[in-house]
Order: sequence, then structure tokens, then C-alpha cells
Amino acid sequence: MTEPQTPAPDNGPDSASGSRWAAFMDDLTGVNVDWRSALLVPVLAITAALAVSVIIIVVSDIELWREFSLSALGDAIGQAGSAMWALFTGSFGSLAAVSSTLAFSAPLILAGLSVAIGFKAGLFNIGAEGQMLMGGMAAVALGITIDIPVFLNVPLAVIGAMVGGGIWGGIAGLLRARTGAHEVITTIMLNSIAGLAVIWMLSTDFFQPAGRQDPVSEDIAVSARLPRLLGFLDRTDLRVHFGIIIALIAAYAIYWLLYKSTIGFEFRAVGFNPDAAHYAGMKVTWLYVSVMALAGGLAGIAGMTQINGLLYRASPGFAAGIGFDAISLALLGRSHPAGVVAAGFLFGALRAGGLEMQVVTDVPIDLIGVIQALVVVFIAAPALIRAIFRVKTGEEIGQLTTGWGT
Amino acid sequence: MATLELRGITKRFPGVLANDSVDLEVSSGEILGLLGENGAGKTTLMNILYGLYSADEGEILIDGVPQSFAGPGDAIAAGIGMVHQHFMLVPVFTVTENVVLGVEPVGPGGVINIKEAKREVREISQKYGLEVDPDAIIEDIPVGIQQRVEIIKVLFRNAEFLIFDEPTAVLTPQEIEEFFGILNGLRDAGKAIIFITHKLKEVIEVSDDIAVLRRGAMAGRADPATTTEADLANLMVGRPVELVVAKGAAQPGAPVLTVADLVVLDDRDQVAVASISFDVKAGEIVGIAGVQGNGQTELVEALTGLRGVAAGTVTIGDKVVTHATPRQIHEHSVAHIPEDRQRSGLVMSFSITENMVLDGYYHEPYSRGIKMDWDQARAKAGELVEQYDVRTPGTEVAANTLSGGNQQKVIVAREFGREVRLVIAAQPTRGIDVGSIEYIHERIVEERDRGAGLLIVSTELDEVMALSDRILVMFDGKVVAEYEGGAVTAEEIGLAMAGAAP
Repeated sequence: MTEPQTPAPDNGPDSASGSRWAAFMDDLTGVNVDWRSALLVPVLAITAALAVSVIIIVVSDIELWREFSLSALGDAIGQAGSAMWALFTGSFGSLAAVSSTLAFSAPLILAGLSVAIGFKAGLFNIGAEGQMLMGGMAAVALGITIDIPVFLNVPLAVIGAMVGGGIWGGIAGLLRARTGAHEVITTIMLNSIAGLAVIWMLSTDFFQPAGRQDPVSEDIAVSARLPRLLGFLDRTDLRVHFGIIIALIAAYAIYWLLYKSTIGFEFRAVGFNPDAAHYAGMKVTWLYVSVMALAGGLAGIAGMTQINGLLYRASPGFAAGIGFDAISLALLGRSHPAGVVAAGFLFGALRAGGLEMQVVTDVPIDLIGVIQALVVVFIAAPALIRAIFRVKTGEEIGQLTTGWGT
Repeated sequence: MATLELRGITKRFPGVLANDSVDLEVSSGEILGLLGENGAGKTTLMNILYGLYSADEGEILIDGVPQSFAGPGDAIAAGIGMVHQHFMLVPVFTVTENVVLGVEPVGPGGVINIKEAKREVREISQKYGLEVDPDAIIEDIPVGIQQRVEIIKVLFRNAEFLIFDEPTAVLTPQEIEEFFGILNGLRDAGKAIIFITHKLKEVIEVSDDIAVLRRGAMAGRADPATTTEADLANLMVGRPVELVVAKGAAQPGAPVLTVADLVVLDDRDQVAVASISFDVKAGEIVGIAGVQGNGQTELVEALTGLRGVAAGTVTIGDKVVTHATPRQIHEHSVAHIPEDRQRSGLVMSFSITENMVLDGYYHEPYSRGIKMDWDQARAKAGELVEQYDVRTPGTEVAANTLSGGNQQKVIVAREFGREVRLVIAAQPTRGIDVGSIEYIHERIVEERDRGAGLLIVSTELDEVMALSDRILVMFDGKVVAEYEGGAVTAEEIGLAMAGAAP
């Protein structure tokens, strides 16, 4: 598999204007579309990750360590089996489960896009978490002060969150452009600053409800809430909200920007070869700023979906580690918008299923982190997958980003 | 007397037959010239010999004994030494430290016996006439001497078979002469030498036997005593090649580029270009000769907006562009062929189409507003690929799948593919094969005859002499000599390049 190429390959006269979908898929999979090899590695990687996590559940079974017996081993394996089953039913087993998966997916996709667009431009955005916090806080600030009709208030929240996250990301971009400070370092630091800033902000009179001492904000206006998509069914357990629609629109917009616009062309040129981009007359430093601002804006919207779609108010840590999962997710999705959407659904399903798993079995939800990490390890090491499954998976994965030093 | 033999070496990469049943033999006291275009499989073959790749078929024999190399360590142990094109030296270490790196003679307690090392280095350098100061720091000594250190390194490891990969690419004409003296000395001392190059003249001058590779297979052998450059070019490319640039007299018009008292600093803020003045007129080719690192790179970067100007002025036509950006320069109808095509000229993982619009993507017809028109870009790329004879399966393959010569053609096509009045070309044919060189030279002359002014910067003296209507020699950041093209010998220019004022 190679890095996505664009524009679409010219396979003959009929594909010159070809269908939009075909071009989209060509961009996803590289020059010669080989569906089998494009999907094989991720599917095998997920399979391998689940298999390894079954082993982890079994060997970490406390009863098994107290006194080893075959029946204890049997119980442990049974436990692992029911954990896997819960993982599945919790994510896809019912309408509520699917709804939950989609609700979790929305911020994951948006934050994943944030990291992915950084990768495409050769920047390692570790700061999605902090950008989510800042975007989310901007949405809270608007949501608790402005109460206008929902069709105005929701777009206002989106824009506000974009600006909030965009400024936070833009700072890292500006530092990189002006001083050469590496974005990995600055975004990590900005994450810490954002985390503490949120706690401080939530203790101010502006955000804190009267009479409360703990760091929590007032509730946002009902008109600022992202509408529930299945609200017409009148069930409280169907949490899927408009955020998933925003995420999918954003994914398409980023796809269009990257592959169909001059701006995306510049982003990708800088990402692959900043020297050549500079030679070709592109303003490399300005591009660093704009990429980081856009990445921050996307993460900001992700933070907004957490607030306006689920929580309706801010408390410390409302970003819930999504900004860090986004890094794995962007790697898994090969930094392509379509891949990010797919990976976002997968991670959303794991989060939704993980909750169910924790309730039904004794397996803690932390296992989800292990599974996600394993998926990424297997994706990043296709040779491992080849060795395990004894298959040919085509070429090695393309370069994801240009190292740390550049 | 030792003999190294390659028998039926075949190496396949996905979709490419890099070596196709190649036979080769070299014995003690012999220099074998290995000639071939870029992408002909020379490097692959030598990497197999050096243990970096394993051959799919065939075997390596030393004195008739089959060898199997799992890595360079095995090859070195078997007496094979490689002098790479890009030196593998630690710049802040001394000559001796570099030579013994990895095989240091150690005394009691694991302490490096530097005195012993120095003695051995001195011994080798005396024995083979490789004059070096064992205590000199690598970064302080010229490239030619650095190369000697590389050779001593190989000899220190007791190599009997020495492989030189494009050793003359980085040397001045005088250094090349000295290098040939060293090669002859090594041969006379009983070493077996494989000399890899794509320079016809050199291979005839120094080799005892010539082997020519073409598309991975042995195209033929030639006897340096009887063969001619034209014959070799023919073998290499597979068709007759015009080695002399055919051009009429220049008809210079008004200046298109005027440089006055230009001062440019390098990355370390040292003066790299020291108050240079010259002009390039419409319809003429001005060549800048010089050993690499005498300010040419900085000069070109300053002229094309890539590097700031410390003092002086640059004028294109009648517009002062001293502090213009690369894009503004581009918009003044200037074509720029950059020195390092893979670093600046191309985005290697972009398709040919994307590379063809790399600097013109932002205006019509390739885009409207921010919307790219890929159909237009593809059409233009297809046209240019056709017109400039880029050998590629299509316009949508990535640039890194092309050979060096074809990559260079992509750049030339992009830069010449629009109406330009000034061409600034740095090393336009570096590292590419004679067939492509011929082609690019023709285009350059064509641009001149169309009325463009051209500034050609090259470390290949032959190239500067063949193309230029006027030759400037740069040394230490200054123009030290100026000649009319065709009225000067290589020796004269060579002396000026080395800093001896005429």
C-alpha cells in the first residue's frame, strides 16, 4: 500500500471524468486500487489485536493466579469470551448500541481529522486534546450566554469552537514558523496549559453556577444543544446526535480540501517535501500556521460535540482522552479522511462496547486502550501481520510523517 | 594473484529486472571500468558484491571459491572494499580516527592505541602514495584529500578488491588527474579495481578493460586502447548519441539578468558570494564554472529568491528583484532548474502531474479560486511528458518511480513548459545518463535560440565548455575569470577553478 495519490489515475478515457466515488476511492487506496490489500492489513490487525486481548484477559484473571486449575482456566476463557461478546453487543447489538457507537465516533472522527491533516502537512499534532478543551470552552462560553434559535445557535457553537481550537493550534503553528520550536513539544505543553486553564476558567464567576464550589460550568442553553438524531423515537438511551453529521461533513470537506484544492496541494507538498514547496513558491512558514490552525479548529469542533452533544456543561477533562486516541486513529486511517472516518467508527464502537463490557463482565474498560494500541502496533508493523497470518499484504505502509527532527 | 568473479548475477525488484545474468571478472593489477547509464544496474550489482543485497541467481567467486555474503562485514572480510560516492566520514574526527573507526587497534584495558593507528595510516599512505596528514580534521581538508582518507580506510581493512562508485563526481579537473595517478599506483601495487562511472572520457583514460551495462544486462566489453567515446555511448544508450552540443553563434540582445555587487551569506552567516557583478543577455548562455562549494549554490538561491541578499542588487529585465520571493521570481518568467532535483525540484511521492504543476498550480488553467482543475493539469502533464520524452508508464505514477534522467526531464519540462525569458539552471545534468544529457542540452540551446537568457551553473567543466557562450569562473565567492566560450582550454579554466588567478 502506498500513500494516497492524487489525482485519480487515468485508467482510460472513461475514467478521465470518472465517477466522483471512484476518484475518492482511488485517492484512498493509491494508484492501483487493490481492495483486498487496502483492507486486508486493517482487518487482520484488528483480528490480531482482539486475539491478543483475549489472551490478556485470560492471563490477567486473578482466580487463575490464586490457584491454577483447569476449571479456573475454563472460567477465565469463558470470561474472555463473554467480554468479547459484550464488546460486540455493546457497540452493534442493538439500536441503542449503534446509537452509542455513533455518538462516541463523532468527536473521535473530528479529532482524528485534526491529527490527520497535520500528518499530511508533515506536522505531528499531539495537541488535539488541548485544542478540544479550548474549542469546547469557547462553545460553553457561547452556550451559557447566548440563547437564539437552534438553527443559529448550533452553527454559532461550531464557529466558536473552531476559533477557540484554531487559536490554540495556531499558537503551536506560529511558534514553529517563527522560532522553529517543534510542534510535538509545543502541543504537548499547550495540552497541559489547556487542561489547567479549563480548571481555572471553571472556577470563575463567568462559568461557575452560583453556589457551586467545584469546577463545573453552568448548563448551556437548550437551543445550543446538538439535536438528537433519533429524538423522534422519544427514548432517552438513544444518544446519537447531530455531531456525527458534522463529523462526516467535515471529513468530506477535508477530503475536498486536501485533494481538490490548491490549499490542500500546498499542505501535501509541504508535508512531503518542504524544500520543494519553498522552491515552488509556497510560503512554508505560513502553511505551518494555517495547517495547525485548521487542525486546532477541527479538534475544537470535536470538543464542542462533547459539550453540546453529550454533557451540556463543562467539567475538567471533558475531552476524555479523545485527543490522544485521535493520534492512533489517524495512523490507523492512514491520514486519509475516509480512513479516519472508518477508524473513528471502530474506536467509537470500542468505547461503546467497552462500557457494556465493563458492566457485564469484570474486565475494566482500560482494556479498550490496550486493544487500540495493539491495532496500531499491528498496522504499523505489516511485517508482523504477514508473519502471523502468512499472507502477502503488498508494500509496506507509506511514510506517515516526516520524522521528529524536521 | 587474486581474481574476483561475478557469474550470472540476476536481481529482481518488484516490476524491475535490475541485473540480468551479469558476468564480470577482475584480477589483481587490473582496473575494470564499469560504465552504464543511471538505472542500468551498476549500483545494484555493486551492492550485491558488497553484501548489501543478495542475488536471486548467480554467484560471486574469489579465486574460484564461491562466496556468500550476509552483509558488508562478510564482503570486507573477503577483501572487498568500497569507496562510496558520498563519503562516510565523521567531519570532526581526525584522519586517523576516521580510518580506524570500528576496527581500532586497542591496547590493554580497551584503550585505543592511537599512536599505533597513526603509524599504520602513515605506512599505508606512504606505500600507495596517498599523501595525507594523519592528524588533520576531516572538515578542514579538501574533498580530494577526504577521498584519499576513504581509500586508506579501505586499504586499512586489507582490501584486495577496491570498488569506486562515481569517484570523480566531486573532484576538480586537477584532483581527477591526481586521483587517476592514485588508481594507477594501486593497480601497480597489485590491487584489483572496479571503477564505476558514466563519464566516457575517464573510463577510456584509466581503465584496462571496460564493461558496459545497459538495462541490467551486460551490453558489451570494450578495449580502452581502441574504443572511442562515441562507441561507448552507443553501447551505453543503445543508439548513436550526439556528444557535442550543436549550436550556432549566440546573438546576444538586451540584458535579462543584471547582478550588481551582490553579497550573499551562507547558512552560517559567512560570506559565500563576495560582491559579484555580471549580466546575462537575451539569447546567450552564460556558464558558471567552479568547484562545488565556492558560492555557486548561494548565488543561485539568491537569484531565485530562496535566500536573502545581504547587499547589492539583482535586476530581471528592468525590474529590481533583489528581495523578491520565489513566486515573484517565477512570475517574472524565470525558469529555475534546481541543483538538487530530489530535494528541491520534485516532491518524490507526488505524481508526475502534481510535479508538473508544482509551481504553477495556483493560477489558471490549473485552478480557479482554490479549486484545482486536475483535468487541465493532467492534460498539460500528458502534453509535456510527450514533448519532453519522459519515459514513464503514465502521468499518474509517482516521481520516485522514474530514473534520475527522467526525473530531471520532468523538471526541465515543467520549467521550460511555459514562455520564459531567463533560465537559471544549476547542475542541469548532474548524475544523469548521456542520452538524457544530450536531450537536455538540446533544449537549453533551443531556449537560447528562442531568445531567452540562460545562466548555467555546473561543476562539470565539459558541460560548461560545451554549452556556454561566455564562461565565468567562481572561486571563493568571487568571479575570478571570464572567458569567451570556445576560446579557452580546460586547463586554463581548471587553474582558475583552483584559485590560481590567470
